[in-house]
Amino acid sequence: MLRRTFPSPEALRRLPFGLADVAVILGTLLLLALVARLGAGTLVSFQPPDVVPGIDLDPRNLPYYAGRSTLRMFVALFFSMVFTLIYGYVAANSPRAERVMVPLLDILQSVPVLGFLSVTVTGFIALFPGSLLGLEAASIFAIFTSQVWNMTFSFYQSLKTVPKDLDEAMTLYRLSRWQRFTKLEVPSATIGLVWNAMMSFGGGWFFVTASEAISVLNQAYTLPGIGSYVAAALAKQDLLPLGWALLTIAIIIILTDQLFWRPLIAWSNKFRLEQSASADAPESWVYDLLKAARIPRLLGKALTPVQESLNHLLSGLAPAPAAQIKAPNRSSDRLYNLILLMIVAALVVTGVHFILTTVGIGEVVTAFGLGLLTLLRVTALLIFATLVWTPIGVAIGFNPKLARLLQPVVQFLASFPANFIFPFATLFFIHTNISINWGSILLMALGSQWYILFNSIAGAQSIPTDLREMATDVGLKGWQRWRRLIIPGIFSAWVTGGVTASGGAWNASIVSEVVSWGQTTLIATGLGAYIAEATETGDWPRITLGIGMMSLFVVGINRVLWRRLYHLAETKYHL
Amino acid sequence: MNSVQTATDVLIAVEQVHKSFPLPDGKGEFTVLRDINVTVRSGEVVALLGRSGSGKSTLLRTMAGLISPSQGRVLSNGKPLRGANNDVAMVFQSFALLPWLTVQQNVELGLEAQGVPREERRQRALKAIDLVGLDGFESAYPKELSGGMKQRVGFARAFVLEPQVLFMDEPFSALDVLTSENLRGEIDDLWNAGTFPSKSILIVTHNIEEGVFLADRVIILGSNPGQVRGEVVIDLPRSHDRTSDRFKALVDYIYTVMTNPDVEVTSAAPVAVTPVVSVPRSPYAQALPHARSGGISGLLELIVDRPDGKDDIPRLADRLQLEVDDLLPILDAAVLLGFAEVSQGDVQLTSIGQDFATTTILRSKDLFQQQALQNVPVLSSMAQTLREKKSQSMRADFFLDLLDEYYPHEEAEKQFATAVDWGRYAELFEYDASEDRLYLPEPAIAQIRENV
Repeated sequence: MLRRTFPSPEALRRLPFGLADVAVILGTLLLLALVARLGAGTLVSFQPPDVVPGIDLDPRNLPYYAGRSTLRMFVALFFSMVFTLIYGYVAANSPRAERVMVPLLDILQSVPVLGFLSVTVTGFIALFPGSLLGLEAASIFAIFTSQVWNMTFSFYQSLKTVPKDLDEAMTLYRLSRWQRFTKLEVPSATIGLVWNAMMSFGGGWFFVTASEAISVLNQAYTLPGIGSYVAAALAKQDLLPLGWALLTIAIIIILTDQLFWRPLIAWSNKFRLEQSASADAPESWVYDLLKAARIPRLLGKALTPVQESLNHLLSGLAPAPAAQIKAPNRSSDRLYNLILLMIVAALVVTGVHFILTTVGIGEVVTAFGLGLLTLLRVTALLIFATLVWTPIGVAIGFNPKLARLLQPVVQFLASFPANFIFPFATLFFIHTNISINWGSILLMALGSQWYILFNSIAGAQSIPTDLREMATDVGLKGWQRWRRLIIPGIFSAWVTGGVTASGGAWNASIVSEVVSWGQTTLIATGLGAYIAEATETGDWPRITLGIGMMSLFVVGINRVLWRRLYHLAETKYHL
Repeated sequence: MNSVQTATDVLIAVEQVHKSFPLPDGKGEFTVLRDINVTVRSGEVVALLGRSGSGKSTLLRTMAGLISPSQGRVLSNGKPLRGANNDVAMVFQSFALLPWLTVQQNVELGLEAQGVPREERRQRALKAIDLVGLDGFESAYPKELSGGMKQRVGFARAFVLEPQVLFMDEPFSALDVLTSENLRGEIDDLWNAGTFPSKSILIVTHNIEEGVFLADRVIILGSNPGQVRGEVVIDLPRSHDRTSDRFKALVDYIYTVMTNPDVEVTSAAPVAVTPVVSVPRSPYAQALPHARSGGISGLLELIVDRPDGKDDIPRLADRLQLEVDDLLPILDAAVLLGFAEVSQGDVQLTSIGQDFATTTILRSKDLFQQQALQNVPVLSSMAQTLREKKSQSMRADFFLDLLDEYYPHEEAEKQFATAVDWGRYAELFEYDASEDRLYLPEPAIAQIRENV
């Protein structure tokens, strides 16, 4: 009793709110106000072609535009997360669904997202007549499709590789499906999911800016945001606003990294499956602040009963599986496979029929030829990026101090939307008379080369020190050293970087093979330009053909080249 | 088994259980368990002892309801088992703790699944944590704990459910020697004190001493396929005194039984070895013990230094700190190659074995080749196949396919790896891993050697 009446001096000193709590409260209020202000803008009237929101090039409006774009990114991230959890869970838990969902994911991952915009924009505008929400949704959908597949794959893979002993323990202790989901499956997937989400989010900036100002079906649409701001500046041939936009996007990327991703990564570290404490845990000042504050904990405590009864309810709805998994029924399985095969065949036939009856076989050959040209560009890009960035990456990776310093910088460069640099590059091409047929390689490289650099650094870091000392000891130098130590050592990391870079380059070809500065438009010969032009004029057969052809190229190269290299990396060059 | 028991006494009964897995490419089935009958009665500690390939872990999981038998049934408390067994809780070799939950949350897990209210959960969990001596670590995360403490959490998580039977799957084998000794002793004390939170214990182990120390009854499983060879009743007062002669005799006896797959297991004194007539089988059907050539010669060199080239196997295991699963395959290989003989828990080198262990590398390789060709049909068959080919080489897949006929693919790959290791050491053939091909050694090398 006495203790209650007279709190210890220690407790008094800690009462009731610290500075951290003030910061947390202010931060939360600020965030809510921002979202309310930005969200209101999405509901304004929009009746094309008469009432279309304009873009004011005054740099003072930039924070607002940037905020709108950022909000879109987070809404897309939210939907990606929801989709990931559902799709990944179903695919991992139902063998039949798995047989459809995983290959589908593989294909969707290879489809050029930008080619889709035309389909989705028209669809979403029809869905929300008279409101800007339609365009808003189309833009969010574009970001969603650019980041969701990666995350879903990561989640699916984590679910499939839950350690067997943990799985058995959960079964034996009779956890309900819901408890298993929240206690085992989601936690064990968290680290991979957060990393993938962060990388995809970085790539998403490219798509948010590309999807805000587009021409679809002979109609120009503008959605207030940093991407449309750049587009407006471009049309006016004004360099100063471009500079401001560049600065703004850099600040926004750094802010989201510091305020959102770093804390998330620091938090997710506790989901590491290794049973021993890791040497260097990721740190974040925001996360430390949240941990120091007492409000989140108090709130959590107050909500425990609610959470408890909610868990109880959901566990009742999804009880532990009663019996063991039965052996698969062979004959019904065969029937299922047959039906699947028939559906796929029908879809392929319909698609081919549509293309052949509208544009004919000659157009298919043309598209294939254009695809080869773009393939040449992607290949050239990969070769040059490798030749330039691998030595630099290895040099950085072998120097731990430098690596720690530069890795965040490279990560920042990778998430920086390359299309912001395009205007400057275009100007350069116009002034130096460089053909866009060559220039587009540079444009594509602007976004995708960083993956090679990033992974080369990581690969070089993973080469054990004793192997490097041995190489020095036996006198391996120059090319010998590369051939015997470095190339095999960084090979698997390079494959990861290469496959990401090549995927990014294919996607980027749609915006890099057609660039403009004011009235001047440079068009390269290639599949990307083909899709971009078809989209602009609303030529459905050519859109279908272009996207189909590009998907075929990407899927084909993945199967023929990257998958084999992966296999080689895993079996032979595994460190 | 050895006496008629009343039905109420039996907690878990395994009746005529078979378990087989399909082989790859529809090549039939691989039998893991054959005709298993086992009971666990109230108030006893039963150990399942067997070498790798005896299916002891599969049997445990079948009894826990994690795996369903292909034939036969498991009764728990007289009722046929369907799905996970409610009457048991398991302690895992790898602890199986969720790293993102605190000690207390991990312990509460099973109660939470049963829908026990929060306050009651907390009370019971704290009691269990107290019982395993982890007071004060309730809010620690597993990664902050040492291996021994992690396994204590594993025990607490099982204790808190107060299961009828506590299952332990090699619970001490992931711990270092001192820690496992300490924890094993504590579990034994807890059981002997009569306050143990479960009615019975079933422990899977490959450590013979551990089995004899903890169990009232040791069930010995044979390999390929897994079957019950018999049981040894540990007729010692609890707690079992390791230094007593009877304890040593029992350990010796079980070692003898385990090193002689053909001996009949009886609870009484050892019986003479009855040689079984071997049916002619494909050379690829006879499993090689998974021992590396280096391990074999290393072991032989250790034994040759003992008087008469003879050593006591339990002593040897203790000295090398090797578990049965690691030591016995090496011994088997030595016996198979004719380098050693095993009897009455002792290993004795043959004259060839003594020669092999003391001579030069080149001569010992010749001896290895000679013995391999004589005693290991799979190696002579592989060498023969290569010699018959014009190119003197063969794709590895060819041999893997042959092995696939008799083993699950994973085991077939292990068999192949062992055969390649022995064949390389014996210079019977060479293996190019990047091409995945086997070659006959080039004669040039042999010639150089002859000139030396």
